[in-house]
Amino acid sequence: MKSLRASGHQLAGTETQLQLLHQVVTDQLKLPLFHEKLETAGLFPLRPVETAVFQVNVGRMCNQVCRHCHVDAGPDRREIMTRDTMQQCLDALARTDIPTVDLTGGAPEMNPHFRWFVEEIRALGRRVMVRCNLTIIVSNPKYHDLPDFFRRHEVEVVSSLPFYNADKTDRQRGKGVFEDSIKALRMLNAVGYGMPDSDLRLHLVYNPAGAFLPGTQEGLKRQFQRVLLDEFGIRFNDLYAITNLPISRYLDFLISTGNYRGYMEKLITAFNPAAAAGVMCRHTISVSWDGFLYDCDFNQMLDLKVAGAVQHVRDFDPEALSRRTVVINQHCYGCTAGAGSSCGGTTA
Amino acid sequence: METYYNPEDLKKFGTIGEFQKELADRFFSYYGAVFADGALTAREKSLIALAVAHTVQCPYCIDAYTTDTLEKGCTEAEMMEAVHVAAAIRGGSSLVHGVQMMNKVKELSM
Repeated sequence: MKSLRASGHQLAGTETQLQLLHQVVTDQLKLPLFHEKLETAGLFPLRPVETAVFQVNVGRMCNQVCRHCHVDAGPDRREIMTRDTMQQCLDALARTDIPTVDLTGGAPEMNPHFRWFVEEIRALGRRVMVRCNLTIIVSNPKYHDLPDFFRRHEVEVVSSLPFYNADKTDRQRGKGVFEDSIKALRMLNAVGYGMPDSDLRLHLVYNPAGAFLPGTQEGLKRQFQRVLLDEFGIRFNDLYAITNLPISRYLDFLISTGNYRGYMEKLITAFNPAAAAGVMCRHTISVSWDGFLYDCDFNQMLDLKVAGAVQHVRDFDPEALSRRTVVINQHCYGCTAGAGSSCGGTTA
Repeated sequence: METYYNPEDLKKFGTIGEFQKELADRFFSYYGAVFADGALTAREKSLIALAVAHTVQCPYCIDAYTTDTLEKGCTEAEMMEAVHVAAAIRGGSSLVHGVQMMNKVKELSM
């Protein structure tokens, strides 16, 4: 399977996606636009709070091609952060007290400078989270020592696993992904990740394998814990339930299966003001592979850069960024539905 | 009215209070309490609801609880087994009345 970009798909264009999102809300559903919903909740314009997470997307290359991927990542993507841009990120971090750096991709470990970057961030005394797709660990011998590398640098591992069986996982992420994910989870457990009495944190990310919302995070966590321990002997710490946002490949899935309108209606009617108040974009800065700044990784994939004069990490100015207004659009309904959704799970 | 069942009507379930608010409020409050985690988990209750939906053959309920069981992380196998439980009880309830038929046959026959 190719990425939308490589196959010349019309949804590879961000303008097309934004137009489709606007049209379904106003023309088809005749429901309020996202900023109008925020207004009713007293949250418009949306302002940032203190930045807690510096999220860096170090590249769109990935060993997997998942059907729901909002990044449209895959082996055919060549956008990779250079060491110079990483250094600019480090320089920016050094000027702040932002406690957490969240590394994502693609498969972030495929960036040739990934390990150096992790070491330098840790040298600044910041907590590092890596969004690991698990299969990268077993995909090539050069990655087999990743669990040990993560352990040595006390990296928090956040791993995608959309279901606790092969059928649903492989339907979303590709044939054989579940089996390889189980192997990788065992390797992480073996060095102490997710184990009782260990400080090495291993979290799983659940996202629905279809056109429906996630159930309660706690209920899903219980079910995953029970099955993964009983059937595979695997342990983990927390489970983050994430709603699929209607962009990129997931938008393609919704449209091609006739689920688009119904899904958007569900997101909009499930708007929760409490979830809206806790959206991650208020406390996150997201940096793209080429150094541009965004309010979140989803805005990054829609090329919606931060508002204001400072738009690149080389010009990083925490004071100026704290005065910005968060850029929103209709995809944001995905983060405010029900119990809310963020890179750290539910928000309400 | 072109059809008796319209999928859009499921979204209007909450409007039944228009004609009798107090009873609707009590029903929805009770409904919410029934489906919360308790001695049974919300997940288990959702599977029971899916089975019952097939027993009463309510298309709204089948639609709602198919989605709900998926949201709660149930597998397709669990969902279909729940439907088989409904089918077995329905089939069994017919068959067990075969005993009544047999009793009557024996009563009437030489």
